[in-house]
Amino acid sequence: MSETSQTQATQEPSVLTVQDAYGVLLERFPGQVRMDERQGYEGVLIEADSLLDVASFMRDQLGIRYLSSVTGVDNLPNGQLESVYHAFAGLGPALVFKVQVDRDRPEVPSLVSVWPSADFQERESYDLLGIRYIGHPNLQRILTWEGFHGHPLRKDWHEPYYEEELKPFASRHPDGHVYRAEDRNPFGMNLQYPSDFDPHNWTDIAQAAVYQPLQRTALESRLETETMVINLGPQHPSTHGVLRVVMAVDGETVVDLMPVFGYLHRNHEKIGERCTFPQIMPYTDRLDYICSMSTNLAYALAVEKLTGIRPPERAEYIRVIMAELTRIVNHLLAIGFLWNDVGAFFTPVVYAFNERELILDLFEMAAGSRMMCNYVRVGGVFEDLPDGWMEKARRLVYDRLPRFVDEYERLVVQNEIWRARAIGVGVLPAERAIAVGATGPLLRGSGVPYDIRRVEPYSIYDRFDFDVAVRFNGDVYDRFMIRFDEMRQSLRILRQAMEQIPDGPVQTGKKNYTIKVPPGEAYHRIEAPKGELGFYLVSDGRPNPWRYHVRSTSLINLTSLAEMCRGHKIADVVVILGSIDITLGEVDR
Amino acid sequence: MADDLTHPSIKVPAEIQGTVRVATWERFYNWCRSRSVWPMMFGLACCAIEMVAMASSRFDFSRFGMEVMRASPRQADLMIVAGTVTKKMVPQIVRLYNQMAEPRYVLSMGACANGGGPFKEGYSVVSGVDKYIPVDVYVPGCPPTPQALIFGFIQLHRKIEGQTWKDYTWYKNRGHGEEIPLPILGPDLFDPRQIALIEAAAISEQANVEQAAG
Repeated sequence: MSETSQTQATQEPSVLTVQDAYGVLLERFPGQVRMDERQGYEGVLIEADSLLDVASFMRDQLGIRYLSSVTGVDNLPNGQLESVYHAFAGLGPALVFKVQVDRDRPEVPSLVSVWPSADFQERESYDLLGIRYIGHPNLQRILTWEGFHGHPLRKDWHEPYYEEELKPFASRHPDGHVYRAEDRNPFGMNLQYPSDFDPHNWTDIAQAAVYQPLQRTALESRLETETMVINLGPQHPSTHGVLRVVMAVDGETVVDLMPVFGYLHRNHEKIGERCTFPQIMPYTDRLDYICSMSTNLAYALAVEKLTGIRPPERAEYIRVIMAELTRIVNHLLAIGFLWNDVGAFFTPVVYAFNERELILDLFEMAAGSRMMCNYVRVGGVFEDLPDGWMEKARRLVYDRLPRFVDEYERLVVQNEIWRARAIGVGVLPAERAIAVGATGPLLRGSGVPYDIRRVEPYSIYDRFDFDVAVRFNGDVYDRFMIRFDEMRQSLRILRQAMEQIPDGPVQTGKKNYTIKVPPGEAYHRIEAPKGELGFYLVSDGRPNPWRYHVRSTSLINLTSLAEMCRGHKIADVVVILGSIDITLGEVDR
Repeated sequence: MADDLTHPSIKVPAEIQGTVRVATWERFYNWCRSRSVWPMMFGLACCAIEMVAMASSRFDFSRFGMEVMRASPRQADLMIVAGTVTKKMVPQIVRLYNQMAEPRYVLSMGACANGGGPFKEGYSVVSGVDKYIPVDVYVPGCPPTPQALIFGFIQLHRKIEGQTWKDYTWYKNRGHGEEIPLPILGPDLFDPRQIALIEAAAISEQANVEQAAG
């Protein structure tokens, strides 16, 4: 029963449109809330002092229960920092609200108490932009380390290899002369130190800061046993990359846990601000490197939303085909690596990689590259599908993959050990899943049938007949089984797309390294294989974005890790982490 | 497979050529070593996925005697630096390298590990792992295809086969080489070996400021 009521509850607020919601807010909080009148911008501006009241009102009275994205923008010319929020109520577009604060005193109330999904995102915004979120339970740097100088995404902060604001740099073609960026730095590396830095008397505060919140838990524990703090990662075979998980354990039982990020922080957003809009595309490949096609698509759609460019019909179909193939690749690997974590060491992964190679062959045929496809363009795709591609893809989609999915499922699903390790482990109730901002299979495995392809259809997903996969127990087993369901639905979409695909051009306009983008902002999200992947772009009319932010699926899905793991054994942490399915490139960016 | 073991100048009688090889002890020893390199299970970023692809059926690096991937650096001979090396990760990488048993090898995989790659300009990316640890083989590509990585392994085999006991540190000293000091996370990453340089830079910067002021 509880599952049914949950389903209804998530759909209930859709009666209110976003415009109505803005109207209600303006009426209820006069003087505190005003419309954002800047050209190309949407949403409301809220005074910092009343943010908490307005947010609670939105959650409790307007039914905005899902805060998707929190980020910041440095409005250097106005001397202001802006904290930007995108929230959703079931169906429909985002409710956008912003808080503008003075650059010298950037203090914004933290929304973690209203929407726990703000936790990591506020920390990120603090780390990179220096917006202090008052009342945040653990406001620490997240991607850089405690002690790092400055806030890198501020417009007046320059990296050691800084050359110019905008690419292509003049040094790109320096009349036949080649130089290395290292040669211009006194240390021969990309290093810079503040003038008051004394290397002899530096105390390393980075590690102490990481352990501090957990040691608090350890002290509060009333048990007579001793609580111990241990590390999992950053070099560990089960962390799927360089994630570090710090745990307070009591014997084998996890008392508290905190993921530590930043070991793969590659300054994606800072580099993005230096690139022109089309130049960012190859970097998006390297965000979620297992699903580069989906990430490409999300970014292209965001720029298209900003510019109003529409891709031709054939390109839309090609994009959908590629995105769904990517979803299959991702789910195959997610399942394989999850089994790996349970102890089925590498056999399922090898099975998964076998099929992945076949799909990657298709990508290589179309895009020229196996993994970093860089295939989708703003207003279309890079090239039309080569001869023979469709036949090859049809054989795979109609014949081989459906059989393989069944076989793969049979391989382990009935396995006694697997069921014992998965059923009832890491339960995330629907209510909590929404609160912590879980998306994708993680959310749908908890009984919330929320799929962006259905609730806010993008591209041409409204033309296809498919079911939103949902399972209700919210444990590792359901999160795992839902990936089989989704692969079957993807195959269904693929078959329809392959039948309907028309002939025609695949690119609007001509190819260029830069495009004209009007001033304004856009947030676009897609249902990436791992969940909601959003791109937030702010343009000031120049060829490069003023702000380029990725609403990372994996990072925000990890918010739920701590509460899923508490009370379980250390060995279960690995399984629960595997069931979330993260890619570190996207977590740390 | 073992054809390359016999020294070219030595004539083995035709009737026993199928079963007998004649080689120097060193050549034989190095040949064995090169065919049983155990890599460390250590992935940093995108390249790690291609590394796994190389380990699985289509490319299958078991053919080179390398399938025993070890999660512990103590049991590994080869560190494949597969991915972007960030400043936050460098202390861990150096520590892992120090923990590896000699003789140890490092293969830098992909543009990022070789020299920073597409993310080089970023503020928290190291311009190549060779700024901190010595690298034996560089494999270009972003990411390198599994074939390219296998080619890198073959180059490593060649290197191992070409080594003599006289010039390899571990055999010469009968012990470990010197440990590399761990870089420290300060206001920016700093290498304890560079402290003098940092101080000199600070002094010259101050001089510049004073010159500009006065």
